[in-house]
Amino acid sequence: MSSKIKDATIPTIPFKARLSRWFGRNLLRIYMIFGFTYLFIPVAYTFAFSFNDSGKSNLIWKGFTLNNWKNPCGAPQICNALGNSIKIGLLATTFATILGTMIAFAIARYHFKGRSSSNLLIFLPMATPEIVLGASLLSLFLVFKINPGFWPTVIAHVMFCISFVVVTVKARIASLDPRLEQAAMDLYANELETFRRVTLPLVAPGIAGAALLAFSLSFDDFIITNFNSGTLITFPKFVYVAAARGIPAQANVIGSSMFFLALTIVIAGQLVNRKKTR
Amino acid sequence: MSITLPKVRVPYLLLFPGFAFLFTFFILPIANLAQTSTQTPIAGGDTGQYEQTFAFSNYINAFLDNRDQFARSFVYATLATIFALAIAYPLAYAIAFKSGKFKNILLVLVVAPFFTSFLLRTIAWKQILGEEGFLVPTLRNLHLMGQQTTITSTAVAVVAGMTYNFLPFMTLPLYASLERIDPRTIEASGDLYANGITTFRRVTVPLSMPGVVAGTLLTFIPAAGDYVNASILGSPNTKMIGNVIESRYFKIVDYPTAAALSFTLMAAILILVTLYIRKAGTEELV
Amino acid sequence: MAIDPIEARGDLRLTRITKSYGDFKAVDDLTLTIPKGSFFALLGPSGCGKTTTLRMVAGLEEPTVGSIHLGDTDITTTRPYQRPINTVFQNYALFPHLTIFENIAFGLRRRGVKDVKEQVEKVLNLVELPHLAGRKPTQLSGGQQQRIALARAIVNRPALLLLDEPLGALDLKLRRQMQIELKWIQREVGLTFVHVTHDQEEAMTMADTIAVMNEGKIEQMGSPADLYDDPETAFVANFLGQSNLIKGKIEGNDGDNLVIDIFGQKISMPKARSHAVDNSLYAGIRPEKFRITRAGSDVRGNVLNGGRIEDVSYIGVSTQYVVAMPWGQELMVFEQNDDGVPPFNKGEEVIISWEPSFTFGLRGDEDIEAGTEVNPEQLDE
Repeated sequence: MSSKIKDATIPTIPFKARLSRWFGRNLLRIYMIFGFTYLFIPVAYTFAFSFNDSGKSNLIWKGFTLNNWKNPCGAPQICNALGNSIKIGLLATTFATILGTMIAFAIARYHFKGRSSSNLLIFLPMATPEIVLGASLLSLFLVFKINPGFWPTVIAHVMFCISFVVVTVKARIASLDPRLEQAAMDLYANELETFRRVTLPLVAPGIAGAALLAFSLSFDDFIITNFNSGTLITFPKFVYVAAARGIPAQANVIGSSMFFLALTIVIAGQLVNRKKTR
Repeated sequence: MSITLPKVRVPYLLLFPGFAFLFTFFILPIANLAQTSTQTPIAGGDTGQYEQTFAFSNYINAFLDNRDQFARSFVYATLATIFALAIAYPLAYAIAFKSGKFKNILLVLVVAPFFTSFLLRTIAWKQILGEEGFLVPTLRNLHLMGQQTTITSTAVAVVAGMTYNFLPFMTLPLYASLERIDPRTIEASGDLYANGITTFRRVTVPLSMPGVVAGTLLTFIPAAGDYVNASILGSPNTKMIGNVIESRYFKIVDYPTAAALSFTLMAAILILVTLYIRKAGTEELV
Repeated sequence: MAIDPIEARGDLRLTRITKSYGDFKAVDDLTLTIPKGSFFALLGPSGCGKTTTLRMVAGLEEPTVGSIHLGDTDITTTRPYQRPINTVFQNYALFPHLTIFENIAFGLRRRGVKDVKEQVEKVLNLVELPHLAGRKPTQLSGGQQQRIALARAIVNRPALLLLDEPLGALDLKLRRQMQIELKWIQREVGLTFVHVTHDQEEAMTMADTIAVMNEGKIEQMGSPADLYDDPETAFVANFLGQSNLIKGKIEGNDGDNLVIDIFGQKISMPKARSHAVDNSLYAGIRPEKFRITRAGSDVRGNVLNGGRIEDVSYIGVSTQYVVAMPWGQELMVFEQNDDGVPPFNKGEEVIISWEPSFTFGLRGDEDIEAGTEVNPEQLDE
């Protein structure tokens, strides 16, 4: 067969088409850059002003200093507030995770009468505005002549965290292959051993994620805490009250530290995950 | 030999502690709120003392006195939801489809800013957008803004703050929904003569609807009841219903009114949400 | 019962097992004995109840009615972990959070066995994967996972090893290889294997005995040769390989043979191979048993005249013909390409003939489409 084909040509696309294709491909990427910048503006601002030599009021840039970082508890009450937030967070996380995990297992694993009503009951707190949750709890405490304070706050936090724990753990349970537990029973593990050696280790990451979620929701909570803590100061309350005259730079230090800590934990979690599946 | 519990009882045992807790600290308080809402102050008594009079007029009075704030709350919340959707959708889309191996890192970066305290973020915006910040004086010098106009203490700032703060609640469900779309359906659409925009409109958007519904709900519901953004970034003119409820508890002690307002807020949200879900047609949210 | 189920040994006996879900009977009054030491296959299309039966033997489901015995021990209501029965699951179900070593050791540890290390190493050598002990399941290929799943079950020396379509996810070549290996391992180790599959070639390759299941019941049970050469129902005739089923009328006897009228032409077949209950029947002949010759040629045995070639497919090993007969039916013929004779062409007039003893007879009221449905699963193969 005689060949009349010339040299292979490289396909050329007209300039206009090339331009519009470049835009199409990169428009979203450009948008992403703007988007992430927008997201990080307040964070960068907070971080920057944590180095401000500001004294009591951190409104205007006065000068660079590391003092705030060296002495994060310098502002009055701030470490007391931080300590309270952490204590409340740990307690609330523990209870909410335990109660929520139990509920998650019940709903995900068993078919019982009232299953759909249970799902609804779990959904309701998430659909209720925080102000209603906080106010109603306060009303209840007042009726029983319980003063707002530490334990009422813990109770309130447990209450609104349970739903999030249930949803998170339920999702993880649902993704578990039921045949793994059947295989365990086939290999002479009874129900308790199967749960201990197969189910729990595989659901554990979901429970850990739920606990982290609960802790961050609790730590960052303001509205519900405001109603139920009385004279107890938590970190968000401290910031709110101090906002009028100007937040001390130490608050920025703590806020930035929380950011970096949380970022580290999440990235570490990702790396561990990646290692496990390699 | 192990003890095997009778299969029937196990779920109820597991549910009991959690549900008992929720019943005591969620259902009961809401019920109590209901019965508080119809009380009236005892004549001649101290502040904070009420008697049950089944005064349903409390609801009407509360609503009428505060209809501005109610309206404002829903308008602000709707605006914030729309803006959040507009900002988050392309972002979620970009992460789901255009980020290759950086997907997980980008997801972390979307959520990361929200590891700093919510209040610190909001106050940061207040200072950035305020008199002492960088933006306003610059805009004034460039004559893009009048000397008397401010950004803070306006509705603009409040809505902007709400949009920003609820962004992750919108982005994550959107991402989850977009991520589930099989890229081959997009390819199939192109194969069947649809250009980029048409494919987006007729394939991507419908398939991402569950995420849109979840995201808008997770944004609108807390936004409607929020008062912190209004308090920090706004002025007395931008008071939302949340501010009113708060002040009825702590400043002007008036529990029945506060309770009535809370219920009205809840009811309004529930009605809107139900209508919205019916229209959008999704069932599984939890 | 004083006897510990986990010590039970012997034949597996299913007696009148029924599994109902509401009105639907997944398994319908099934009675079956699986002899100790055999390689037994449960074959059938998806939904026929074979997996449900397997799960009931494993203890993962309970029968609605009926009993299961292992030797003399009644194991019907015992829990899975009480039975000396292990399963190789369809998707292997290897524990993702444990190493290969720990996966295999799992059953040994639960039973309190002492020399775990030796036993695990021995069985890893058996499946030829000793170097993978420290890895995790996600790091293994499909074929390797399959062999580890097998090792995990075998190491416990169960009275019965159940295999739930274990080769389904493997590609063709690997599957063929594993079929031979599984058969070898069964002979080596001497365990009773019960293999559930929808792939009839697989069942025929591996099993000593096959039970063909359809809609919760056993249609026929026997050796692969018995089932293939002498099917008793249309389902079995069509599900195992392919069959030509031709409607006919029994007209009389000729010694040990029946004389059958097929649309005016006469054929004969051994009386013993007919399952007809009255004088109507379907004469069944496998496509490879037919011979095609030019019209007008001289042939022996059963003869059907008036055929015309409708389609010719060259498969390499054989040539497959579709031949239209005068009464409107199309018959399938497989001719092996072993004599250098060029194939027939479309449109040629031919005669079909075959050795009478190859014929099998089915009841005249059989649904001749039974077992021919194309199963979407089978399309993957």
